[in-house]
Amino acid sequence: MALPEGWEVVCGLEVHCELGTRTKLFCSCPNEFGSEPNTNVCPVCLGLPGSLPVLNGQAVELAMRIGAALSCEVKPSIFARKNYFYPDMPKDYQVSQYDQPINVDGFLDLPDGSRVGIERAHMEEDTGKSSHAGGTGRISDSTHSLVDYNRAGVPLVEIVSRPDIGSAEQARAYAAELRSILVATGASDGKMEEGSMRVDANVSVRRTGEPLGTRCEIKNLNSLRSLVRGIEYEASRQVELLEAGNRVRQETRHWDEGAGRTRTGRVKEEADDYRYFPEPDLVPLQPNEGWVAAVRAALPVLPAQRRAALAAAVGLEPSTELVVTAVERGLDDFVRDALAAGAEARTALNRAVNDLPAGATVAVKPFAALVGLEVGGALTATQAKKVLEVLVERGGDADPAALAAELGFEALSADALAGIVDEVVAAHPTDWASYVGGNDKVAGMFVGKVMKATRGKADGKAVTALLQQRRGAAAG
Amino acid sequence: MSERLSPEVVAHVAQLARLRLTDDELALFTGQLAAVLDHAADVEALELDDVPPTAHPLSIVNVLRADEPQPCLDRDEVLAMAPAAEDGRFQVPRIMSEDS
Amino acid sequence: MTGTALELAASIREGRATARQVLEEHLALIATRDGELHAFNEVMAETARAAADRVDAAVGQGQDPGPLAGVPVALKDNLCTRGVPTTCSSKILAGWRPPYDATVVTRLAAAGALVVGKTNLDEFAMGSSTENSAFGPTRNPHDPSRVPGGSSGGSAAAVAAGFAPLALGSDTGGSIRQPAALCGVVGVKPTYGAVSRYGLIAFASSLDQIGPIATSVDDAALLLEVIGGHDPLDSTSLDQPPPDLRTQLDRGVVGLKVGLVTELTGEGIAPDVAERTRQAAAALEAAGATVREVSVPSVTYGLSAYYLIAPAEASSNLARYDGVRYGLRAPGAEDITEMYGATRAAGFGPEVKRRIMLGTYALSAGYYDAYYGKAQKVRTLIVRDFAAAYDQVDVLLSPTAPTVAFELGAKTADPMSMYMNDVCTIPSNLAGHPAISVPFGTGSGGLPVGVQIMAPALAEATMFRAAAVVEAAARDLAPAVEVA
Ligand SMILES: [Mg+2]
Ligand SMILES: [Zn+2]
Repeated sequence: MALPEGWEVVCGLEVHCELGTRTKLFCSCPNEFGSEPNTNVCPVCLGLPGSLPVLNGQAVELAMRIGAALSCEVKPSIFARKNYFYPDMPKDYQVSQYDQPINVDGFLDLPDGSRVGIERAHMEEDTGKSSHAGGTGRISDSTHSLVDYNRAGVPLVEIVSRPDIGSAEQARAYAAELRSILVATGASDGKMEEGSMRVDANVSVRRTGEPLGTRCEIKNLNSLRSLVRGIEYEASRQVELLEAGNRVRQETRHWDEGAGRTRTGRVKEEADDYRYFPEPDLVPLQPNEGWVAAVRAALPVLPAQRRAALAAAVGLEPSTELVVTAVERGLDDFVRDALAAGAEARTALNRAVNDLPAGATVAVKPFAALVGLEVGGALTATQAKKVLEVLVERGGDADPAALAAELGFEALSADALAGIVDEVVAAHPTDWASYVGGNDKVAGMFVGKVMKATRGKADGKAVTALLQQRRGAAAG
Repeated sequence: MSERLSPEVVAHVAQLARLRLTDDELALFTGQLAAVLDHAADVEALELDDVPPTAHPLSIVNVLRADEPQPCLDRDEVLAMAPAAEDGRFQVPRIMSEDS
Repeated sequence: MTGTALELAASIREGRATARQVLEEHLALIATRDGELHAFNEVMAETARAAADRVDAAVGQGQDPGPLAGVPVALKDNLCTRGVPTTCSSKILAGWRPPYDATVVTRLAAAGALVVGKTNLDEFAMGSSTENSAFGPTRNPHDPSRVPGGSSGGSAAAVAAGFAPLALGSDTGGSIRQPAALCGVVGVKPTYGAVSRYGLIAFASSLDQIGPIATSVDDAALLLEVIGGHDPLDSTSLDQPPPDLRTQLDRGVVGLKVGLVTELTGEGIAPDVAERTRQAAAALEAAGATVREVSVPSVTYGLSAYYLIAPAEASSNLARYDGVRYGLRAPGAEDITEMYGATRAAGFGPEVKRRIMLGTYALSAGYYDAYYGKAQKVRTLIVRDFAAAYDQVDVLLSPTAPTVAFELGAKTADPMSMYMNDVCTIPSNLAGHPAISVPFGTGSGGLPVGVQIMAPALAEATMFRAAAVVEAAARDLAPAVEVA
């Protein structure tokens, strides 16, 4: 969906990610998804009177990993209290980093070569979960709500981008890249469907070259698809408003995936007066240089480096979609192993990215052998895909040649194919004369006849080549 | 009495603090808060641009805990404290705002 | 039998008395007189008897039940006790039973102490007279028409009345020392971080500290040794072993440099109290210390800074009393916002509401820099001025409270006049330094006067040495005031 000529969208993303620690941020309750309600709770995460927080060192370590992977500066930081009343927040304040966050001023390079600035990546605690009862499950017609504090106090890192994102597609690429970094660093499982990665988008539009417009914050974007659709919808809505001479009101809006639109949230009466002040129950965090250096040194290979390595191995640009997808799906090591086992690069990459179902496991050797059969002409592309499908079904470790034979894909010899082509040509003299005379449209008919005669075993490209060769001879 | 505080400001503060005040309390607190703020005028008047704030009397840093799970509270004990509970959860009246 | 904690523990350990006997005598005294004084919100007779029997059994088996073997201790009712109501003297927590013990409670039990009950306080420790209690005021044992001070008024009154030789209080701006002074007992605010706050229901987290109340300096030192030392459950707990105080208590003050704080001995201090403070200085000098006047100029801003910082932190700390998870919930609300407003209106008393309002205002957009931010900078000035003073002297001396105990109701109508009670005690909280109030004779009406000795962070041992000298001089000065 494109905006009308002369308009552009400006977008910044706030991504909350739950850290993959064993325990919560300020207490020793398990950080676990899916437990029975209110079983992972203690005096601290229930906000019981007299309880006090103690910071989880592993959460700090993971937050620093995220910062390092985003090329941030790791700074001395403090926690603050963000004061507001909400039943899913046990203390009625959230402990978060405010004016002195742990990570500042980084960036994220996207596969297409664009760079998105990172303003900050700070630590904070998650809230509990309320569900709405006595109606359809929506908040609007509920009679009361029920609160589960299992999630209260789970460690989060909130990653705030600069407003450098210029399209919904770029936002998607940013979120996808960020997710792969979170997974690669072991900081988070990045599962949007379980809420361990949650994306809010600040969206505004402007006429090209003009200053930033009024922004709206879009919440409830629960998948990459919602992110794209939500931003596109919101940008169009704002352009329509402005073109009709109206103004955009700064507000929080909620994406409704079913209806395909954003809806206004409550306009905040309190103008975000959160009365931040330093959290007196915690002391400052000042990671020393040694700790920061150790975190940087222990970073795993990040997606951008993996794309570069794979691209070099297969002879493509790192921004090529096949390369990007291979790394996004974690197939790059597999492809490189297949190459080492003798597989041809492009075919191996193609089959791995396009024809391996998500989560399928295939051993490197049979995969490389299968690629060899296809490249050598023993199997057509269609046949190779079918063999791969069966290979996966059989657990991923079987001889592809045997599978091909089982499927009746015995290779047609070059001589046999040439004979069949000659037979078909001889049987259609009028059409052949037309083809020799330059009418390429009948080529398809000949290929089809050959395919029928070989019951699909022929390689379309090989048939076309034979036809062209015979036409050249006839014309000469 | 000070002019620094209007009843409107005090009412707004009461709303922020989720305190429902009677009209009498509002009037009383407006006067009493103004008296405290008048006393604090000595501090307000100080020129302290070059002085850093002290949020805390301690100078210790980096107090961290090992990432080791400990036993949690028993849910029945937890919910027994609650004014209202349902279905293993704390029950609260209708929430008006969608913001969280 | 009654006596100091040290005497009682020794008798019990040596088999000259049983913990059960000692306990019953104290419970009997409570039964006789607490109806009048209302020091306790809850007397824990049965759990105390069970604990006493365990101590006696241990003694019988030749085991050491700990340094506080069988000693009755009263706890301020803002310290969490597992399964026992902990109310902060507030309707909003009435009936709430914590599912856990405060760290100090665990340490008391480990030392063989018997917790005899939970003492009354100003609601959420906000006050200087123990009149702001949802359950009615506590009265001063020396004159029941007068206040015991506050907010640890119940604990100070309990010790002064002989209900228990030891009590714990909490001190945010003087809430241990001022009632100790008004009740004629010893009260200590330790260095911030010296005693774990885990399980202390917060008033103002950067100022709160738990400390002992006792009939003697020696007993107070013993109690502080038991409750002090590092606790991993409190991030602000100092990484220090329990303090070693009693081995140094009788070393005297020869050569010790004492500073009489100019700003806390003049205007606003009643003549009787000022006179006793000068006499205490003279007593220290007589014992070999050198005494001089020392100026700590910024302490004059302490009261203003405190009444911005403490309410600001309190407004946040008390947000959780919202009717959702525990405590009071106002019935009949249509929606959550209404429920919050009605619950908090019904559950909090006027002083708590006043401070929540003040603190919310001081933190709110547009006022933060002028009030909260400014107050934090004043805190820096006070820390600097104290540091300069401690370059010249080892300890500082001042009155604890500006007057002796006042009549009930005398200051309730004017919050500002009530707040003035804390003018001498607040600076130590803002700086995080230790301070002790020691009884030093009587003032007008024969009512007790306390003097305050302040020391740098973690210099408790020196502070206690000076306190022991003042205590000894007080014995010569005037016989112990008779309890009415
Ligand atoms: Mg946040
Ligand atoms: Zn917990």
